Amino acid sequence: MTAPIEVSGSEAEAQPEAVLAGMGGKVEGRSLGQIAWMRLRRDKVAMSGGALVILLILMAIFAPLLTSWFGHPTGEFHQDMIDPNLQRPLHGPWHSGISGKFLLGVEPTNGRDIFSRIVYGARISLLIAFLATLLSVVIGSTLGIVAGYFGGWVDTVIARAMDVFLAFPLLLFAIALAGVVQGKVFGLSGNGLRIGLLIFIIGFFNWAYIGRIIRGQTLSLREREFVDAARSMGARAPYILFRELLPNLVAPILVYSTLLIPTNILFEAALSYLGVGVNEPTPTWGGMLAQAVPIYSVDPWFMIVPGVAIFITVLAFNLFGDGLRDALDPRAR
Amino acid sequence: MVTTPDTTVVEEPRPAGPEGEVLLEVSGLRKHFPVTRGAVVKRQVGAVKAVDGVDFTVRAGRTLGLVGESGCGKTTTGRMITRLLEPTDGRIVFEGRDITHVSQGTMRPLRRDIQMIFQDPYSSLNPRKTVGSIVGAPFRLQNVATEAGVKKAVQDLLDVVGLNPEHYNRYPHEFSGGQRQRIGIARTLALRPKLIVADEPVSALDVSIQAQVVNLLEDLQDEFHLTYVVIAHDLSVVRHISDQVGVMYLGKMVELGDNESLYDGPMHPYTVALLSAVPVPDPSVRGGRERIRLQGDVPSPLNPPPACRFHTRCWKAQEVCGQVEPPMVELKPGHQVACHFPENAPPDAESRVAKAAGIA
Repeated sequence: MTAPIEVSGSEAEAQPEAVLAGMGGKVEGRSLGQIAWMRLRRDKVAMSGGALVILLILMAIFAPLLTSWFGHPTGEFHQDMIDPNLQRPLHGPWHSGISGKFLLGVEPTNGRDIFSRIVYGARISLLIAFLATLLSVVIGSTLGIVAGYFGGWVDTVIARAMDVFLAFPLLLFAIALAGVVQGKVFGLSGNGLRIGLLIFIIGFFNWAYIGRIIRGQTLSLREREFVDAARSMGARAPYILFRELLPNLVAPILVYSTLLIPTNILFEAALSYLGVGVNEPTPTWGGMLAQAVPIYSVDPWFMIVPGVAIFITVLAFNLFGDGLRDALDPRAR
Repeated sequence: MVTTPDTTVVEEPRPAGPEGEVLLEVSGLRKHFPVTRGAVVKRQVGAVKAVDGVDFTVRAGRTLGLVGESGCGKTTTGRMITRLLEPTDGRIVFEGRDITHVSQGTMRPLRRDIQMIFQDPYSSLNPRKTVGSIVGAPFRLQNVATEAGVKKAVQDLLDVVGLNPEHYNRYPHEFSGGQRQRIGIARTLALRPKLIVADEPVSALDVSIQAQVVNLLEDLQDEFHLTYVVIAHDLSVVRHISDQVGVMYLGKMVELGDNESLYDGPMHPYTVALLSAVPVPDPSVRGGRERIRLQGDVPSPLNPPPACRFHTRCWKAQEVCGQVEPPMVELKPGHQVACHFPENAPPDAESRVAKAAGIA
């Protein structure tokens, strides 16, 4: 916390107006959010992480533009770039296929543009990671705040549910569910269904972590006197939960979200790698890794590119998330 | 929150009846916190008797001070009056209306009249809200329309408690402890309550600032015709602000009397001991007085001593004290005490107590 306005001595306290008037004409208060933002701006590592995150998001949004400028359509085959015997690209350093026309080289066997597939793969990764995180955060903070504030049997039921979800073999369940849910469900089919399913699986089974954090924070917050003050003014439970408590929980929710996103990116990549994610020919980073594994000894470059893409994205989110936590709660450092 | 059309315009101070009329009447008030054991099937193995039968009345425009050691049930009593806690037993009558067990919905409009000042100004203000929204919250929550808008009303309130109205947009962390407590008082005043329960309003503040806040409370009482129940452990603060003082020990009221009568001639041995512990600044006066040191700790409220709860630590205790509970007897006009062997009492006091206890 920053130091409160120092008013020392009884005389100063007796005339607070006089003291505060001496502080210049500025009486606009600085909120804790503004103070956190000032602190975050000073953290160079976090800011570069944040900048990278924004670049990645822009890359995903403007994927069609980027591929039309610097690449080739994701589904376009360039078999003429491929060595028909070894199945690896003919040209470029380490037989990667890198050239002026193919910035990150070409895929072995098919000869598709890796740059375009990475750019489009960011869309899938970020879309699934963001929406799954949103789902987790909404469910987790709602149930966490309700459990923490009401206590009693409500808390018991929700806390036990959290234990169940935390003990759930998520990966196995995801593989099984992805195999079972086929065809047309809720008007979705094909990749739309796949993406929806991944968001649901990753998001719905991850709420317990944030739920626990929010429940713990709520338990300590509800003992604060401002909650009693609200009750003594006649506030109803929804007002206390969402107007009094929730603003105090924004910091942990924000921090946890930025740290959950990279986990979800990794999980989505893992599912795609295992073949239960989004199907070919839609490009995904995990899917590209899966394709690269059998031929990594002939064409290691094809494996390095999606790996580095995942690495950079996860690192950027983690650096930003850590910096955000330090900025929002300097005592936890 | 949008104010609905069916709102009432806040009128100027609403005097709570003529001065001296009974505003709050508390009788036999009890709060037992159950102690349970067992994981799934909980069974009650005991109860913490935080408040165990407290009676008092507060007249409009007056101030009742409640004093006692930590854990004697003062705060619990205050929280039951404001209905933040549900009483186990007893009656709370406010303006002739029994509010002991009214539902939260019925209580909501009544909350305008009964407000609370909290102990810790660092925890009683939401750190994420501006002063304007903290002090303005009662208007929104109670759907009270204001003549010139909530902002103007809030700025007037800030002015009343001695803060700069321009600080409307500041956050609590930008203020000192004393200023924060003023913000809390402004919030309490927003609905023009009749009764204010002040739970240790100054104990978290610097001594130099305590006096200012106490004076502010007194000024506000005159200005808005407020009635206070002040809970404190600082005897000099209570002496300064109260018209009537109640001394609590282990969930019971042991002595209740007019300010001067109680401070000049304390009757209950516990009150005598408490008053003897008040520091005296003048060394020439200090020499003549005897300081009473109580032996041992306050017994557990889980299993309080039978009959007179103070007999385990009382230097005057006799056999009867552990057998027959002394009733509250008015030994002097406006001065009640619950003790078999009161000090500073009229000569026939012991026989009157014995008669009231039914053992004479």
